[in-house]
Amino acid sequence: MYRYDEFDERFVRERVAQFRDQVNRRLSGAITEDEFKPLRLKNGVYLQLHAYMLRIAIPYGTLSARQLRQLALIGEKFDRGYGHFTTRQNLQFNWPRLRDVPEILDLLADVEMHCIQTSGNCIRNVTADQFSGVAADEIEDPRPVAELIRQWSSAHPEFSYLPRKFKIAVTGAAHDRAAVKVHDIGLRIVRNTAGETGYEIIVGGGLGRTPMIGKVVRDFLPKGDLLAYLEALMRVYNAEGRRDNKYKARVKILVHEIGIEEFQARVEAEFAALDRTTINADREEVARIAAYFAAPPYEKRPAVSQTYQAARAANPAFAAWADVNVTPHKAPGYAALTISLKGIGAVPGDMTSEQMRAAAGLAERYSFGELRVTHAQNLVLPHVAQDDLFAVWKALGNARLAEANVGLITDIIACPGLDYCALATARSIPIAQALSQRFADPARQREIGPLGIKISGCINACGHHHVGNIGILGLEKRGEESYQITLGGDATENAALGDILGPGLTAAEVPDAIERLVEVYLGQRNTGEAFIDTVRRLGIAPFKAAFLQEIDHAAA
Amino acid sequence: MPLLDAGGRFVADRFHRFNSGEATDHPCVLVSLADLPAVLAVRGDQEIGVEIANTVEIAALAPHFDALALIGIAFPAYADGRGFSLAKRLRRDGFTGTLRAIGPLIADQFAYALACGFDEVELPEANAARQPAEHWVKAAAAFSATYQRGYAREASILDQRRAARLEGRNG
Repeated sequence: MYRYDEFDERFVRERVAQFRDQVNRRLSGAITEDEFKPLRLKNGVYLQLHAYMLRIAIPYGTLSARQLRQLALIGEKFDRGYGHFTTRQNLQFNWPRLRDVPEILDLLADVEMHCIQTSGNCIRNVTADQFSGVAADEIEDPRPVAELIRQWSSAHPEFSYLPRKFKIAVTGAAHDRAAVKVHDIGLRIVRNTAGETGYEIIVGGGLGRTPMIGKVVRDFLPKGDLLAYLEALMRVYNAEGRRDNKYKARVKILVHEIGIEEFQARVEAEFAALDRTTINADREEVARIAAYFAAPPYEKRPAVSQTYQAARAANPAFAAWADVNVTPHKAPGYAALTISLKGIGAVPGDMTSEQMRAAAGLAERYSFGELRVTHAQNLVLPHVAQDDLFAVWKALGNARLAEANVGLITDIIACPGLDYCALATARSIPIAQALSQRFADPARQREIGPLGIKISGCINACGHHHVGNIGILGLEKRGEESYQITLGGDATENAALGDILGPGLTAAEVPDAIERLVEVYLGQRNTGEAFIDTVRRLGIAPFKAAFLQEIDHAAA
Repeated sequence: MPLLDAGGRFVADRFHRFNSGEATDHPCVLVSLADLPAVLAVRGDQEIGVEIANTVEIAALAPHFDALALIGIAFPAYADGRGFSLAKRLRRDGFTGTLRAIGPLIADQFAYALACGFDEVELPEANAARQPAEHWVKAAAAFSATYQRGYAREASILDQRRAARLEGRNG
C-alpha cells in the first residue's frame, strides 16, 4: 500500500488546518454561507436531511487494517456505531456533528486518510478495480497511476472550480470491475502492438439524468504523458463545459454536443501546445509510487490447496459461500475474498464498528493487513491463503459477515435515498431490504445466478440504476413514491444502459415485478447463461410483456 | 474597486476605467475589448489594459500582447473557474504583462489565482470589506507545497522529491 512521505503528511495536515480556518471565517462572517458551501463540500461535509454527513476518501478502494480500525473508532465516538460504504469506494458517516468534524479530520490524518475532494465541483476520489494487483486477468496494477492522479488532482490550482464534479476510474484488467465507461474519464491500461503498456482514455461516460457510455478519446497514451494529457483534457472541459445549467455541465454533455471528434481535436491541440516536460511526473517519481504497491511477501504454496478442497467437500455451506465470494488470485495457493455487506434485510454497504474491527483483525491475520472496498459496496480481503479460507469464513460468520451472495440477486447496490439524502425523491434502502428478503433463500439465489440489482432514490443515479441488470429508480409522483424499472444495464466492459420496462410501481409492487422478470429468465435461459446474457439474446420484449401483465394483475 | 496585489496588500489602482467617448489621456487606461482597437489606434505613451470576459478566444488578443500592459479577466462568480484556465493559456501563449482577476473571488482562491499566472485581484467593495488583507495572506500560505508541476509557484512536491533524490545520489 502507498504510505505518505513527509510531503503527503504535511499536505493533509495543512488541509485540516485550512478547513478549521475556513469554518472560523464562516463563523465570523468573512465568507458567506454560499461561499462556504463549496469549501465544506470539497472537504466531504454535506448537509443532509437530518444531519451533516461526512464522506471519507478511500483512494482507489485500498484500505489498511489500521485505517479500518480508526474508522471503527470514529464511528463509535462521533457517529452511531456504524459507517456506510458507497458506490465510489468511499465511506460515509451519517450523523457527525459539524463541530466534531475538525477532530475527525485529525484522527483520519493520523492514519493517512482525508476527506479531500469527496464532493464539490472538482476532481473526485479516484476509483479502481477492487482486485488491483491481485486479478489473474490484469495487464498491470492500476493503483500506482491512481495514486499519481490522486496527488496531482489534490487542490489543483486550475481545476478546483470546474463546471461540475469530475470522476475518474482506472482499471488494469481485461474485465472491467471499475465501471470505467460510466465515468467522466475512464482509464484502461492497455498494451500496444510494440508490447508497451500505456493508457486508453475514455471520456464522457456518466449516469445521472442523462446517462451516457463513455467514448475513446485516445486509444494509446504513452504512460509518461499522462499528467500533461489530463491537464489538456481538463483545460478544455474547464474552459468550455457548460455553466448555464448544472444538469448539462458534466463533460459528457460537452462531448455529446460538439461530438467526440471535435472534443478530441481540441484536447489534442491543447496537448500539442503544452510543454509536457514541465508537467509530467518523471519516471523516478512514478517508480517511487509503484514500489509501494509491490506484491506482499507471499509464501510458496501449491496452486490447489488440499486443505481448502477438503473443507469444501466436508461443508456444503462453506463451499456455497466460496463459490461466489472467492475470486482467483495471481499468486498460487492464494485467493481474494469478498466480504458481503449485504446481509439479508440489512442496509447495503452499512458496517458496524464491531464488524470493522473483526474485518481488520482478519486482514491483519490472513491478508497482509490489507483490505479493499468495492464499488458494489462490499469489502475484500485481497490476499488470503486458500488454506485459511475456511477459518476466515467461520470468523466472518461470527461477525455476521458471511453472507454467500456476492454478485447474486441480493447483492444489491443502493444509494442512501430518502432515509438520509436531501436530494432523494424516494426511499431506496427499504426497497433493497424488501428484495433481499424476497430472494433470501440461498439455494434459489444460486439457482438464479449472477444478477445485479441497482437502486437509486432519485434521478442523480448514485445507485447506478442505469447500469443495473435490473435497475430501480425511485421518483416522486403526485406525492407518492414511484419506482421505474429498467432492464439490461451493464457496468462492465460490455457497458449498456437499461431500457425502461413500463409505468412506475409503488414500493409494495416492486418485489412481485422483479419476481416476474426472474421467472422469464429462468424459463428461457440456455444452460449456463447468465441473466444479462439472456436479456441480450432475447431483447426486452418477453420481459416487458411479463412486467406489463404483472402491472395489470396488480391493478385488477 | 479595491485591488489586492500578489503579496496580499490592498493597493491603489493605477488604471483608470475608460468609458467610450472619453479622452484617453490618462497615463493608464483600462478599456473593454470592444474599445481596444480604437484606443490603440490613437494611443500616446499611455499604458493600456483590457478587460475581457472569461470566454474570449486568445487569438483575438494575441496580436496586441506587446501593446498591452494589463489584461483583466472577469470572474462573473467566484465559482466560475474559467478565468484560471484562460490566465494559464495567456501566460503560455506569451503574455508577460500584468494579469488581473476581476470579480468576487474568495481568499481561498488567491493561491490558485497566483499559481495560474494572475498578479492581482480586483474585488467588489463588499467582498473586500468582509475579507481583510490578512485573510488573503493566510489563505495563500495554507499549503507549504502542492503537487502540480508547471504552475507559477515555489517548487512542487514532485520537484522537491526529485531534488531530494538527486541530492541523495550526489551526497
